Amino acid sequence: MRSAAAESDVTAEPAGAAGLAGSTGSTGSTGSTGSTGSDITADAAVAEAGVGAYPRIVAALIRVTSDWTLAEDCAQEALALAVQRWPEEGLPANPGGWLMTVARNRAIDTMRRASVERRKLRDLAVLASVAADASTAADAFALAEAGDEVVDDRLRLIFTCCHPALALEARVALTLRTICAVPTGDIARAFLVSESTMTRRLTRAKTRIADAGIPYRVPSGPALAERLPGVLSVLYLLFTHGYNADGEPAFAEEAIRLARLLGHLMPEQSEVSALLALFLFQHSRRDARRDPDGNLLTLGEQDRSRWDHAAIAEGLRVLAGTEPDGPYALQARIAACHATAATADAVDWPTIARCYDELARTQPTPVVELNRAVAHGYAHGPAAGLALLARARASGALDGYPLAIAAEADLTARHGDHARAAGLFRQAAAAVRSKAERRALLVRAEECSGGR
Amino acid sequence: MKYMMFVCTDSEPEMVAEDHIDQWVAENDALGRRLQGSELAPTTAATTVRVRDGRLLVSDGPFAETKEVIVGFDLLECADLDEAIEVARAHPMARRGRLELRPLVGSEQ
Repeated sequence: MRSAAAESDVTAEPAGAAGLAGSTGSTGSTGSTGSTGSDITADAAVAEAGVGAYPRIVAALIRVTSDWTLAEDCAQEALALAVQRWPEEGLPANPGGWLMTVARNRAIDTMRRASVERRKLRDLAVLASVAADASTAADAFALAEAGDEVVDDRLRLIFTCCHPALALEARVALTLRTICAVPTGDIARAFLVSESTMTRRLTRAKTRIADAGIPYRVPSGPALAERLPGVLSVLYLLFTHGYNADGEPAFAEEAIRLARLLGHLMPEQSEVSALLALFLFQHSRRDARRDPDGNLLTLGEQDRSRWDHAAIAEGLRVLAGTEPDGPYALQARIAACHATAATADAVDWPTIARCYDELARTQPTPVVELNRAVAHGYAHGPAAGLALLARARASGALDGYPLAIAAEADLTARHGDHARAAGLFRQAAAAVRSKAERRALLVRAEECSGGR
Repeated sequence: MKYMMFVCTDSEPEMVAEDHIDQWVAENDALGRRLQGSELAPTTAATTVRVRDGRLLVSDGPFAETKEVIVGFDLLECADLDEAIEVARAHPMARRGRLELRPLVGSEQ
């Protein structure tokens, strides 16, 4: 799944692949014997097989044993053993199946010692045959078509990690750790807490799943419609963590990977595809979003030739198959308007403004109202934008929100009041947390002070 | 699993005709999901018991010094949290107060 052109960015790669190999604790290939080519190949093979196999192994072991920690430990041990064995013995014909069998055997050993009831041991025995059939390729999507039971396991895991009875932050962390196999230290950094704090949080979340009786199940019928938006919002938050100026870029890749997987597992759910399309459009700009000094560039300032046009094309294909009026579909249509415009001046703002009108009807959140004001400001002139912005701010929910101040600054500048705009840009710069965004806003303030 | 469902409100509730709590009780009794339950006497009848440093402290009033009070409870037998949430959401007090689900320790199947 990582061979897609949209994911070729090396810097955004490590959380999944390298993270898996690294977190097994094996550093064999960098050892004193001198890294041979075969070592590197074996490491890469473990990483590649691991990315696809890890969530499947963890998901299947959780289903059978109900023990999250055991499942993760066994999956990690299988990867560690692969790093050790594959260079000597050569790659197994079926790396994913090999990993599943080793992990399963570890689980059986551990559970035998703990004298678990016979039913679980029997279910573990069955697991091996499923694994051998299903894990013929490292590619998760080939597997998604191979066996319903295996697919269901991963879906179950996603829905359990994103259960509303867990705190939102715990859902994101658990998803990253359990499904994406991101090392706890990386998650801790993204959440600005120490690794031991994050370890405790993850442990608490897993304990809570067992104690509160959170089921390991994909809801069906009307419950699915209720729960899916919660799952999608976790993916969205995950993506934002990667996309934000100071975020962990690899998380955006993980969010895209999960959205692809979810879209594959639930092709009938239009909003899943819409979310994937939205991610693809946003992510297509990753190489063009900053200048060489790391300053954020606005859409208008970006070099559009550096946008990932293969990702945009894929986003448009995916979007074409969705119902047009879901909240993510509307956001994706807005993103598509930006992505397909040849120049900043060619953006179809009236369409964007209409999409925001629709979004504001179903989700009248302050941020949607803010973006709606900005869109109308471009589509129908800064006065129209300022009027809508004033309405959006009436509730007070946007007070001190840096993007609202920046939007007002921009509309005010285009309306001709440069002195007032400069002050607003400086105010927005003072309120913003990210250094890159602050620099960008201060540049705008300077431009306005210069009377531009 | 067994869940203790506390029925909580911001203040002592006034029952209104469309609440149909009896109907909820009858339905869940019939399905074997409600094992026991009762409305509770007002918080003026509550007594709180604590031991601190070996000393017994008995005070009147509910245990939490908040406006929120527990006005009733139901003991539920459900397969998992999702089923318990479904049972709780159908309780009329879910709309006017709130319901807190607490698993009974050791009741896992």
